[in-house]
Amino acid sequence: MTAAAAPTSVPEVRTRGFARRNPTLVLGIVLLVLIVLVALAAPWLAPAPGDAGTATHPFNVLDGPSSAHPFGTDLVGRDLLTRVMYGARISLRLVVEVLLIAGLIGIPLGLIAGYFRGRVDQVIMRITDVFLAFPALLLSLAIAFVLTPSVQNMTIAIAVTWWPWYTRLVRGEAASIATRPYIESCRVLGVSHARILARHILPNSITPVLVQMSMDAGGILLTAASISFLGLGAQDPTPEWGLIVSQGAQYFATQWWFVTFAGLAILFTAIAFNLIGDGIREMLDPRRVVSR
Amino acid sequence: MLEVRDLVVRYGPVVAVDGVTLSVPAGPAGLGLVGESGSGKTTIGRAIVRLTEPASGEVTVDGLNAFNAKRGDLKADRKSVQIVFQDPDSTLDPRMRVGPAITEALRAHAVVERSAWPARVTELLTAVGLQAEHADRLPHQLSGGQRQRVAIARALAVEPRLLVLDEPTSALDVTVQARVLELIAGLREERSLAYLLISHNLAVVEQLCEQVAVLYLGQVVEQGEAARVLTWPVHPYTRALRTAVPELSETLPAPATKRAEPPNPADPPPGCRFHPRCPLAVDRCRSERPLPREVGGRLVACHRAEDSLAETRG
Amino acid sequence: MLEVRDLGVWFGDRQVVAVDALDLDKSQTLGIVGETGSGKSMTAYAIAGLAPGMGARVEGSVKLDGQELIGLSDGALRDIRGRRIAMIFQAPISSLNPVFRVGDVFLRALRLHGASKADARERAAEAMRSVALSPDLLHRYPHQLSGGQAQRVAIAMAVALRADVLIADEPTSALDVTVQAEILDVLEKLRAEESLAMLFISHDLAVVSGICDTVAIMYDGEVVERGPVSETLHHPSHPYTRELLAAVPKLTTPEATDA
Repeated sequence: MTAAAAPTSVPEVRTRGFARRNPTLVLGIVLLVLIVLVALAAPWLAPAPGDAGTATHPFNVLDGPSSAHPFGTDLVGRDLLTRVMYGARISLRLVVEVLLIAGLIGIPLGLIAGYFRGRVDQVIMRITDVFLAFPALLLSLAIAFVLTPSVQNMTIAIAVTWWPWYTRLVRGEAASIATRPYIESCRVLGVSHARILARHILPNSITPVLVQMSMDAGGILLTAASISFLGLGAQDPTPEWGLIVSQGAQYFATQWWFVTFAGLAILFTAIAFNLIGDGIREMLDPRRVVSR
Repeated sequence: MLEVRDLVVRYGPVVAVDGVTLSVPAGPAGLGLVGESGSGKTTIGRAIVRLTEPASGEVTVDGLNAFNAKRGDLKADRKSVQIVFQDPDSTLDPRMRVGPAITEALRAHAVVERSAWPARVTELLTAVGLQAEHADRLPHQLSGGQRQRVAIARALAVEPRLLVLDEPTSALDVTVQARVLELIAGLREERSLAYLLISHNLAVVEQLCEQVAVLYLGQVVEQGEAARVLTWPVHPYTRALRTAVPELSETLPAPATKRAEPPNPADPPPGCRFHPRCPLAVDRCRSERPLPREVGGRLVACHRAEDSLAETRG
Repeated sequence: MLEVRDLGVWFGDRQVVAVDALDLDKSQTLGIVGETGSGKSMTAYAIAGLAPGMGARVEGSVKLDGQELIGLSDGALRDIRGRRIAMIFQAPISSLNPVFRVGDVFLRALRLHGASKADARERAAEAMRSVALSPDLLHRYPHQLSGGQAQRVAIAMAVALRADVLIADEPTSALDVTVQAEILDVLEKLRAEESLAMLFISHDLAVVSGICDTVAIMYDGEVVERGPVSETLHHPSHPYTRELLAAVPKLTTPEATDA
């Protein structure tokens, strides 16, 4: 008799047909890679790296798009193409940091709550519920307001509102895995709780979290842009996209380029993240009929 | 070496195990725990390895009381009794290779030195009928029977005195089952193993156990030598169970129980729990719980045991 | 009555069933025995017309009283399923919709096939009695029934629909052995009283040998042996059949130990 078939949770990743079967994911990845390349290459590719910092050019204030300044200039004459490119670095770094911090707080808490159950679970979940009760944006704003507005503090503020989602997600997975026979056999064998959590529960409950993180990336970006837009995040001269949009809003009717390019940057990056998130979710959907 | 006395286990308001007493001598020895759904047989197995806490009763392994043991003793105790589960699909961590899975058991109890682990893993794999190269495989690359073998190897790694086998072959194809049963019989002789075999399959129990205890709704209804109990059952439930087993013949098993509401552990009948379905039930059975007594060379909990014995013999 | 010829079922490129021939006559019970991966369940689904719905491709011929079933339109198939072919499954409680009372499902199925309200109620009650269940149980929800009761309700539905062929896919595998004996008894009585033709799929050769007249042993999608039960039990020709027979653990019978 033949051996058992491959598990349904590990999707087939044969490159040849991959693009055809997962168009959403591939499109998202391509977009994101472009954005990452721009971010990485900014110091070399940008026309005026100094404009991402404190440089000002009083004679080029609010110039329209030209060959010298493809995206135009802002209210103190800084090249907007440069600022948008550098903005990519800020945004990408922020998203990664938020996910990292939220994950480092939320995942262990969820694992412990789900595995141990009982009072530990109750305490952790009540704390989580408190945080979940606040709308993320409002809570981030409140925290950002209390701390002095900056990109760093904004990162912390968003991470602090985001971790409870992962705790709840992981707790569910961990609780269901903790009752599986292979975990029970570890307990009967006398394997320590720490080892069970790290070597068995964590690897088996991480997938939904990773998928969720890829879907959250877009939301985190938009939250950061919103906070900066309201003045509670990045401060001038930091070239954060939301801040640029905020600065250019009042000039929209006449100097349309000020807002537009930064806004489009936010849009495309969020779309890239969302496509990746959707694509991963589709790929892992066990109900997909994969014809071999 | 395993003594279970008046074990009571509750799941909330439901009494899953209601005062069970049984024992397993030092190996090689096998006690079969037979029953259908709701009998409590799986719960007894779980209570013995402390996966479930009992409400009352005593479980001692080589004199060590399993429920009052202190922390250090618990670790040693965990080593002496191990369990193998039913479902080969969830009995191993799908992300852990076979070698590390067995090594994990060795590590938990410092059975041998670290340097000797790889050799011991190979030894265990061979003992359960697999090859050394299986150590590199992931569970999904193994068949159901192979996965059960790995589960057995893992349990044996800590050199337990008693193995609880909870329906170890029920989820396997019959040809695979035959081979795994052979393996268990072989291991028993090689390692002087003692085991508690939980199964709904009477033939499997007869093949591997000298003693058997028949459970119904959390109570032992008949207990004794397997060959005797299974071939000439006395308790009406055991007789019904025996008659109901389909055989490789052209005759159908005849239903031997009266049609009644199926047994519900949450709301068991008063008196003798089997009385609503028992063809021999009399008034006394409806009010008074029968205690086990010796009839026909085994223990039977039935008010009408002698009449039942006469019917079997006749 | 039921004639299967050159039945092939594929999932993508993988062929899971390659049955050359199967025959079932009125009042006859044919058992299909195999282990995991033998293709026995897929064969049953293909005969019942359920295979395309699972994403499988079916080729070949399945004739019910001369009428070809493979390739029939959905509407025609739905009419046949229920009226002429009924099917019962392994886990009866999970195949019943948990939000409806059992009786509602029962009556709806009957009315779907043309019975009037009063007629349906009458037939349902009668069918329940024929499987030794009180018609009162129709008021219950599926989770309020035991496995054995639910399975008997499923059989009652097949009886009430006056199906000619009953396909039973591992109907007793999830049940306790004492309950299994009762269900097999019910099926046997029905076979005698209603002249029901039955296709009984199981991994359990002992059960099949008791309730079936003829048996087909399947391995890796193919029928490797077929014939009357007595022949197969006592004079198996295929090595796999012999392996199956040898592997079944056997209880000692009192006669065997008479000194």
